[in-house]
Amino acid sequence: MFDITDQPLFLEPLVNAVRRSSSGAIATFLGVVREQTRGRQVRYLEYEAYREMAIPKMCEVADEIRRKWEVDEIAMVHRIGRLQIGEASVAIAVSAPHRHQALAACAYAIDRLKEIVPIWKKEVWTDGEEWVGPAG
Amino acid sequence: MKVRVRCFAAAREIVGIEELVVEIPEGSTLTQLVDEIRRLFPRLDGLAGSLLLSVNREYAPLHRRLAAGDEVALIPPVSGGADV
Repeated sequence: MFDITDQPLFLEPLVNAVRRSSSGAIATFLGVVREQTRGRQVRYLEYEAYREMAIPKMCEVADEIRRKWEVDEIAMVHRIGRLQIGEASVAIAVSAPHRHQALAACAYAIDRLKEIVPIWKKEVWTDGEEWVGPAG
Repeated sequence: MKVRVRCFAAAREIVGIEELVVEIPEGSTLTQLVDEIRRLFPRLDGLAGSLLLSVNREYAPLHRRLAAGDEVALIPPVSGGADV
């Protein structure tokens, strides 16, 4: 399950999508909009995706994970559009026979997603706005 | 020949639209396309050093040769996911 959506994100559908009888662990990650970034007060974030490339790149991240760890299934969904403080921007779930693989693969998934999946965010503060790169 | 150029994030805001069709000589590379786009949109100069490029939805180096109908994207540094 790899998707880009303008709808609110919830972990449960991803958890159900990766659940297998071989799985002993399901690790999840939920990225949420926080109210302050580098000392500035956030009003909202605006996410934008190159959808036709982003979904294949999510699959590529999953392929990399499968070469590194023994996992059962991987799901990633990214939200786009305007997000308010506290709303989830990205949700990931990884199932594996054992917890160490699930946790390591889930951490790798979000790090790698931020590196190669073409999705951008604009931070809109109370006193300005800026498109932010990975160091942000 | 004509190639499609998709613009995202800061690049889209500078160009003003999400998709352009740009005419370049047959056999041009990405470098020549980027030069042409910068000529059309000088304000992209501030971004040019940090832009990544893709051709047909795969990251590509500047020396990549283009073909008519290719879909090129201007990709400012990506920032998918939450800032956590």
